[in-house]
Amino acid sequence: MLRFVLSRLGGTLAVLVLVAVMVFALTRLASGDPIAVLLGDQATVEDIAQARVQYGLDKPVLTQFVYWVKEVAHGNLGNSIFLQRPVTQALAERAEPTFFLTLFAVGIAALIGIPCGLVAAVWRGRLVDQVLSAVAMLGASVPSFWMGLILIQIFAVWLGWFPASGYGNPGVSLAERLHHLVLPAVVLGVLNSALIIRFTRASVLDILNEDYVRTARSKGLSERVVILKHVLRNALVPIVTVLGLTMALMIGGAVVTETVFNLPGVGNLVVRAVLRRDYPVIQGALLVIAGIYVLINLVIDLIYMLVDPRIRM
Amino acid sequence: MSQISLVLKRLFQRRVVLLAALMLLAIVGLAVFFPMFSSLDPNEIAVMDRLNAPSAAHWAGTDELGRDLAMRIVWGGRYSIMIGVATAFFSVVAGTALGLMAGFFRRLDAPIMRVVDAMMSFPDILLGISLVSILGASLWNVVLALVIVYTPRVARVVRASTLVIRELLFVDAARALGVATPRILYAHILPNLMSPVLVQLTFIFAYAILAEAGLSFLGVGVPPEIPTWGTMIASSLQYADRALWTIVYPGVAIILTALSLQIVGDGVRDLLDPKLRKTT
Repeated sequence: MLRFVLSRLGGTLAVLVLVAVMVFALTRLASGDPIAVLLGDQATVEDIAQARVQYGLDKPVLTQFVYWVKEVAHGNLGNSIFLQRPVTQALAERAEPTFFLTLFAVGIAALIGIPCGLVAAVWRGRLVDQVLSAVAMLGASVPSFWMGLILIQIFAVWLGWFPASGYGNPGVSLAERLHHLVLPAVVLGVLNSALIIRFTRASVLDILNEDYVRTARSKGLSERVVILKHVLRNALVPIVTVLGLTMALMIGGAVVTETVFNLPGVGNLVVRAVLRRDYPVIQGALLVIAGIYVLINLVIDLIYMLVDPRIRM
Repeated sequence: MSQISLVLKRLFQRRVVLLAALMLLAIVGLAVFFPMFSSLDPNEIAVMDRLNAPSAAHWAGTDELGRDLAMRIVWGGRYSIMIGVATAFFSVVAGTALGLMAGFFRRLDAPIMRVVDAMMSFPDILLGISLVSILGASLWNVVLALVIVYTPRVARVVRASTLVIRELLFVDAARALGVATPRILYAHILPNLMSPVLVQLTFIFAYAILAEAGLSFLGVGVPPEIPTWGTMIASSLQYADRALWTIVYPGVAIILTALSLQIVGDGVRDLLDPKLRKTT
């Protein structure tokens, strides 16, 4: 058991180091000198040379990398070139809309995906299964920004039920802010429910073939009890896992949705940083988002191991 | 030959798959051949006809420069489909090579798969925009960025299949007969990887078309002067409230293409992998 935990931790550490190397390499490969971007058009050759020394860019790449990792380990992601503040602060300020958006979206995806997947599995091969499979595939074929634009037109412009964009003026109530999140959360949730439908269907089908389901049926339990108590409850473990991973992935998917609805979230921050070549922000955001994903993965694996002793073998 | 026709016959027994394949053929055929035989210019500007609603003269309406939208969708399909095909092809080649090595050679497994894990911990679109911003926005850089995004997916699938195939009896037999390792990989394992690879090919084709549109929408994709379905929507964005059709129709083209690709891919998977078949 301890050996399993240690090897899993070792693997996670290796992945995190590789993530850091990739993020670092990515910005070093960038076309254009970051110092030139930082100092602007007015800088002289001497200014640039001085800044290179100041930022340690005259040192070997490996030294720079070690220095950068040390800083990151102390929670310092550097300073944004354009926002005049530390990257960590910029990320923290933008965290709230992204957090609520992904939370609502996962909720919507689960509310649609789990019942639909269950129904498709129970009546597998029937018309309802085929229709739901087709709908799930349709969901995976719609560009999220396109659905966002159409929903804005219908529910914000024509019907006026929801605001078309933004997160309300600073200082508005939480309810008002959440009102702004309804349409983006619907876009993200509905499109991601396709994944949950497929996954729920597959894991329910798996469980339906188990011996204990046959036992439950032969005990004379009603089909409703068998499906809800014996099948769904056991299928929920992997489904909840996928919901966790979906939420981690949505932080990235929110990039497009936040831009469509002009939400001041992390995704929006990254897009602006990319358009302005604000490399410290791109670097910091990539590192944090990939790190969250890796850690969620680790936590899920460890919980699995505690719940299911078979995995330890 | 008869084997292929047998596979196709069984594939098209499901009418949905047949329908999707026909739709795909129609879309690709139109996008590839129509511009070859048509003398009409999709870039012809008619200022008097700006933002006309769909009518008999312009089936899908006109855009902000009075260009016929239906024709531009056909023309833009060329680039969107080309990006999809190129991305799918190169991701599958690179991913198959990596996955095959990771799955077959035990020593390479951990190093390759840790790199794959690390790459897959970046969300697709986020990695895509970061790569394009670093490589610079051009048609081929978008393809390169998307190949980097999707190669790890293929590698993971191919590795899993290779691990299974490696243990099968005919591989042992080949080895016992003294067949050299490269030949075992090429002649014995690779052909058996065809079905999962084929499925990945269709799915990545679909995802790449969607991702290209997303990148263009964010302003970090293909340069706006190249008409793809994505850049068409991006360039008409500010007219969305007055001329919704400029957004709707290119989007419908994306959806129909991605949907038919996924249905065909799903059909191939059901056919080639009986364990996953819908009605088990």
